[in-house]
Amino acid sequence: MPKPIEIRTSPHLKRALSVDRIMRNVVFALLPICAFAVFQFGLSALLLILTTTGAAIATEWFFARASGRGNTVSDWSVVITGILLALTLPPGFPLWMAAVAAFVGVALGKALFGGLGYNVMNPALVGRAFVQAAFPVAITTWTPAFAPGRFTEVIPSTFTLPFMQPIPVKDWVAALQLDAWTGATPLALQKFQQIEPSVTDVFTGMIAGSAGETSALLILICGLWLAFKRMLDWRIPVAVMAGAALTALPFWLMDSSLYPSPWFVLFSGGLMLGAWFMASDMVASPVTTSGVILYGLFIGIVTVVIRLFGGLVEGVMYAILLANAAGPLISSWTQPRVYGALKKTREAE
Amino acid sequence: MAELPNPQENLSLDTFLRGLWTENPVFAMLLGMCPVLAVTNSTMNAIAMGLATTFVLVCSSLLISLLRNWIPKQVRIASYIIIIATFVTIVDYGIQAISLELYAALGAFIQLIVVNCVILGRAEAYASKQRLHTTLVNSLGMGAGFTIALLALGTVREILGSGSILGVALFGEGFQPWVVMILPPGGFFVLGAWLLLFNWLRLRKERKVMEQSGVAANAG
Amino acid sequence: MSIKVELQTQSQPGPGTQVAPSWPMLRTLAGIAILSGLLVVLVYQATKPIITENERILTEQAVFEVLPGAVSKVDFVLTEQGLAPAGEGAVGMAVFVGFGADAELRGVAFPGAARGYQDVIQFLFGYDPACECIVGSKVLRSTETPGLGDKIDTDPVFLENFVALDASLNPAGTALANPIVLVAHGTKTAPWQIDGISGATISGKAMARAANDAAERFVPSIRRDLAKLAAAAP
Repeated sequence: MPKPIEIRTSPHLKRALSVDRIMRNVVFALLPICAFAVFQFGLSALLLILTTTGAAIATEWFFARASGRGNTVSDWSVVITGILLALTLPPGFPLWMAAVAAFVGVALGKALFGGLGYNVMNPALVGRAFVQAAFPVAITTWTPAFAPGRFTEVIPSTFTLPFMQPIPVKDWVAALQLDAWTGATPLALQKFQQIEPSVTDVFTGMIAGSAGETSALLILICGLWLAFKRMLDWRIPVAVMAGAALTALPFWLMDSSLYPSPWFVLFSGGLMLGAWFMASDMVASPVTTSGVILYGLFIGIVTVVIRLFGGLVEGVMYAILLANAAGPLISSWTQPRVYGALKKTREAE
Repeated sequence: MAELPNPQENLSLDTFLRGLWTENPVFAMLLGMCPVLAVTNSTMNAIAMGLATTFVLVCSSLLISLLRNWIPKQVRIASYIIIIATFVTIVDYGIQAISLELYAALGAFIQLIVVNCVILGRAEAYASKQRLHTTLVNSLGMGAGFTIALLALGTVREILGSGSILGVALFGEGFQPWVVMILPPGGFFVLGAWLLLFNWLRLRKERKVMEQSGVAANAG
Repeated sequence: MSIKVELQTQSQPGPGTQVAPSWPMLRTLAGIAILSGLLVVLVYQATKPIITENERILTEQAVFEVLPGAVSKVDFVLTEQGLAPAGEGAVGMAVFVGFGADAELRGVAFPGAARGYQDVIQFLFGYDPACECIVGSKVLRSTETPGLGDKIDTDPVFLENFVALDASLNPAGTALANPIVLVAHGTKTAPWQIDGISGATISGKAMARAANDAAERFVPSIRRDLAKLAAAAP
């Protein structure tokens, strides 16, 4: 006997967009990027992703238990932190340092503030900022992409003993006999030697760099999918990219031999990954529509300013952390006026 | 400081021990943060800074206690500052004579002892009211508490940041130093971690006391 | 906490209090000032010879480090009229002339400075007139990032650059024949080039700039007054 069809009149209840459903979808969107990272850098990238994710989950579990908040691992947000962190690290980054980064990121960036929803900054970037300051050499040691034999052997520095200096990769890289390898990412080449690699290579990801930041194209597709499903605010990445491109444009027009083109600025380094997956962090970004645009523009402008005039090669991380910190301020500035309420005056405050 | 209503404290073990734990200038009162964060990047610097501060603290407290009935209250702050500045200048010359290397490492923070609020705080709150011998014991305790706090930061930062204690390497050749620990942010990280530990201990102790006396149930 | 309590008691004017007499205040402040002055002068007098000696040893060590073979030094200053012995009212930047055990001139050490990654880095360079080159370098003060920028003081391969860095003058003797420059790692072709260092690009550039500026400033005067310097042997 067929089931009777139940028909009801409106209003219809829709399943609410729960936290863990959004987070799970972000993880799905990140998986293709992870797959490309593994395809490009091999076993080391896979181990890196597993290590940071594992360490992040363990840290979250420990702090949730210690503070009696119950199980917060199942909301998937910590998995995003772990994966994002791995994607921002150099593929040959020693695993023990990656674990330290994940621990610091989740503990200092999230747990101490009270867990998901209370963190001021993006936990993955807090972890990365810490290891950037603690291990400046290891985090700027790059290895070539598409090394032969990358699926059977790991980059030597990956398995460094805890608390020890990374095993040098110089000899290993030399043994690969890659002619064009200089040990620098496209960003560093542009900044210090004014050699601008082809924008097509940078766009598709045929370059060296952090594990998951190389292919702008793939990040764009995954990000657009999320935006299409309305699980991330498209205004943020668009504002970040606009801010970056518009800041870079006048300098490039002034002296194109010294300054990078806006295309290069958009697709190189971590700007795409940062714009689509980190700046758009729901907790750490402002809540108003105009605030979100202001926040995105700020990230784009600061990134380019750091890249062009700072001592560092890449500025996305600090730009996003800075904007995260300014987030609450931006939210309060851009608070919409309550309909009918009088314009606030200084005296009224 | 519940002792205040009592004008003249009687000498007891607590006069000394307060500075180490319950009224520790760094971990309990969070005073004098500037040298605590700035010069604790190695054990040696921490010891030198702690001893220099203790010297200034003890000498100035003694002199202030000695002159306490002689300084009119209207000019007391000016008098205290002159006395403290005198001893800071003495320490400044003394360290230059002992080692210029150490002097360069501590930098402006020796001169800045003069504005360390631990010292002026002791002068105002204790030495200006108490007798000479209790002042001596109390300021020694405070100085020791300050030195121990600096040492607690300095050793952790040197072990992680340079892999050594007092310049003696602990881990051999391949150790990876955590550069951030000897940079200023490391001071904040380590101080935060120590405060976390001490507050956790304190809260646990308080909770235990509450449970034993049954106050928890009434207050609940 | 305690201070707050104290301030409250202080700010309560008791009934019938008079305006405080100024004599005790004057007496106290003057007395404390005299005592303070006395103590400071005593300590200053006692420690001054030791401090001067410490400073002398420190400079001497630095000078002997950048001038191989030097065992004694004589201080000069660079005035507008050229190099003059220090201490005779001459004002200018100090240079140190190093002599070997045989009272033979071994070279001149002069300071250099340039803005690095964090802050101004101060150097001491050793110049040997015999080979017309820089023969040694030492970082006197630096706050460069440990592990990256401070390689300019620790990396033995990089420091090789400063063992025989050409600083010869143009025929007129007024400026360097070839400016000292930093080139990318592995592309050094001329003796006045410094082979760069990976991971410390900015600090390395600063060091090259400091060496170039210092050589431009001091070497022409040193070459002109070479006889005067050699005659100053202790």
